[in-house]
Amino acid sequence: MYQGIRISGFGGQGVISAGILLAQAGLLENKNVSWFPAYGAEMRGGTANCSVVIASEEVSSPVVSRPDTVIVMNEPSLAKFEPLVKPGGLLIINSSLVNSKPKRTDIKVAYVPCNKIAEEIGTTKIANMVALGAYAGLTGALSVDTIAKALGKVFKRAKPEMLELNVKALKRGAEIKI
Amino acid sequence: MGEKILMKGNEALAEGAVLAGCRFFSGYPITPQNEVPEYMSWRLPEAGGTFIQAESEVSAINMLYGAAATGIRTMTSSSSPGISLKQEGISYCAGADLPIFFANVVRGGPGLGNIAASQGDYNQSVKGGGHGDYHTIVLAPNSVDEMGNFPKKCYELAEKYRMPAMILADGILGQMMEPVEFKFQPVDPANLKKPDWSLGNAAGRKKRIVRSYDLREGELEKMNWARAKKFQEIEDREVQFEEKNINDAQLVLVAYGTSSRIAAAAMKMARDKGIKVGLFRPITLWPFPKKQLAKLAQRVKNFLVVEMSQGQFVDDVRLAIGGTAQVDLYARPAGIPSGEEVFAVVEKLYQSIKPAKAVKKVEKVKPAKKAKSPKKAKPTRKLKPVKKKTVKIKTAKKATRKGGRR
Amino acid sequence: MELVNKKPSGLVDVKMHYCPGCGHGIVHRLIAEVMDELGIRERTVGIAPVGCAVFADDYFNCDMIQGPHGRGPAIATGIKRSQPDCIVFSYQGDGDLASIGMAETIHSAARSENITIIFINNAIYGMTGGQMAPTTLLGQPASTCPTGRDAKVNGYPIKVCELLAQLEGARYLERTSVSSAQGVIKTKRAVKKAFQNQVEGKGFSLVEILSMCPTNWGMNSLQGVKFVDEKMMPIYPLGVFRSTEQEGGQR
Repeated sequence: MYQGIRISGFGGQGVISAGILLAQAGLLENKNVSWFPAYGAEMRGGTANCSVVIASEEVSSPVVSRPDTVIVMNEPSLAKFEPLVKPGGLLIINSSLVNSKPKRTDIKVAYVPCNKIAEEIGTTKIANMVALGAYAGLTGALSVDTIAKALGKVFKRAKPEMLELNVKALKRGAEIKI
Repeated sequence: MGEKILMKGNEALAEGAVLAGCRFFSGYPITPQNEVPEYMSWRLPEAGGTFIQAESEVSAINMLYGAAATGIRTMTSSSSPGISLKQEGISYCAGADLPIFFANVVRGGPGLGNIAASQGDYNQSVKGGGHGDYHTIVLAPNSVDEMGNFPKKCYELAEKYRMPAMILADGILGQMMEPVEFKFQPVDPANLKKPDWSLGNAAGRKKRIVRSYDLREGELEKMNWARAKKFQEIEDREVQFEEKNINDAQLVLVAYGTSSRIAAAAMKMARDKGIKVGLFRPITLWPFPKKQLAKLAQRVKNFLVVEMSQGQFVDDVRLAIGGTAQVDLYARPAGIPSGEEVFAVVEKLYQSIKPAKAVKKVEKVKPAKKAKSPKKAKPTRKLKPVKKKTVKIKTAKKATRKGGRR
Repeated sequence: MELVNKKPSGLVDVKMHYCPGCGHGIVHRLIAEVMDELGIRERTVGIAPVGCAVFADDYFNCDMIQGPHGRGPAIATGIKRSQPDCIVFSYQGDGDLASIGMAETIHSAARSENITIIFINNAIYGMTGGQMAPTTLLGQPASTCPTGRDAKVNGYPIKVCELLAQLEGARYLERTSVSSAQGVIKTKRAVKKAFQNQVEGKGFSLVEILSMCPTNWGMNSLQGVKFVDEKMMPIYPLGVFRSTEQEGGQR
């Protein structure tokens, strides 16, 4: 099993922490994992993206150049990462913020209104969790329960209420079907 | 010990040093290694040690010089431009035979360069770095796990041979997260023996001097000869390397650090297609695994070096192999290659090797020598390197040193 | 019979290399006497600079370290922070302390490192052969300003005590001279205080000592002494610039 993932969006949308969560969840399932951020000079407001690898074998390169799955949380990320998805791979689009449609026909596309669902639950801050839930549900690479468990490991100082909202968002995301 | 923790490379490096007994860190901010001083700023006080943010890299390395002279385990870290500033102090430590430990989380250069990963500081690291006639022990991790476990190795080697030891990492290794398992019992500095050269608390003994100079006629040369002898011993004893899929390989990739991960990805793709590719990874860059590479070149006749610099590391590979095999280069100076990209080079190169393999080719050159001495089989013209980023087969009557470079 | 005037135990019994009329030997002896009087010799670590006093590591009978040009305060910081029981002093000249090492000087003062700095100001680079120092006086010739220091070309002399007096972390700053017997006595008092402060954990102490370099000034010893009194003192007035007794420390 090998899953190379790229997550991209605005700084502040939680794409970096979403990536860490995936890696932590992979580790909890005894997989080999790596996470690598595209780090730039910007501190806030720029675009952010990261690579995550979850694999049963040793992870070779931590920089995922041909991802199996791409999660795009904002408009500019679509143009940048759509071409990278492996043929037959999955593109998860935050349809609340991304209006354009992908051009490729050789990949699977899931439109997930992440911000809308997050707002329904209580806060747009957890839009990234909706996307992760969708990823878990659509690929089956990780279970939502494991990601929920990873939440506690990654956000050690988070309030229980907030963690609960995150889990809700994960679960709602996991209900998404293509 | 035992548990796998998801950590950033820079944090693993810092935690690994503290667990190995480091109790003094002085540094100065520079991307992409800022997590090291940030981590140390709370972790060291917690462990009863000292963290200082110095006014400059120059000051930081000299604080380290002073602290190391008292016989404790110390550390500093920086990234390329900052390491250049520290080189004078590192040279002083080498000259004063002080066992210091430092890490370079390399970024693009020269000058301010960029903040992405690069391997452009190879020569600076393995050829001494500062002024004067010396070496630094250089360990090149290629995972977060090794970032966490190598500081202890560095302290042990540095103390055994009384000289600086460093970790040569890069922006990717510093910034990426992976599971790390610290595979040793935490070192309690109280259990470390105070060395017989350390300063402070001179009651009941003669004064000691830590210094890097000797102006007396002929004395410095004597000292440098003693160091040369020590360096030779290190080259004989302390080489570390890793081999993968070497046994049946017809082409061996040679790479260190992050490049070795990317090369491993390319190797996997190649093996999936039945292409017999292996990987040789030096773990110690100085001492360099010269003998091991030379031995490998007795059997394998084609090597491809992958490095994120213009062609620094390849020089050492070629020196080690000494013309007994073909060494090509895939270089990305301040660029990060993908596994696919390296695989494309491997595939083309491999096509050019296959027919050239074995007896037939040798016959062409000198039929008489045939199978008798495969060892001496010089690379035939057809194997000679090639230009640009991929490999063209028919080039080069004169294979220049630049051949094969991108 | 008791020997009343003997070499302090803080000095090694070797011949120093300093020129006739130079002030280094005097200051070395004062530091050694102070180490003896305070009973701190065995726990003192001294830092020898780059410059004429580089060989101080052979002269002082305590643990010594010699480091890169200008970095004495950084080295002192490293030693003091890792061995707080040690008494650490950095011995530096004007090129070392006020030119190449100015950042280390200012920042160790700003941090109020609990260290002692003995700063020899003789307005010239000694060991390298009489080049202009940051403290060279206007009009004073040096091998890199042969017609005399010109403010338009070389700027103005740096007054280290006055400069450091702006810093809260600088706890004790005094300028003295060793150009007279009286000056030597006052200098010893200042040096002793600078060490005593460290023993008591009071923080950064620096004594700037006006000293003679007749060789590089192109003078004989007596002319050297006169140069300090008549030319240097008007520019570098003696006195206490910050003191641990005075709140705020200003003179």
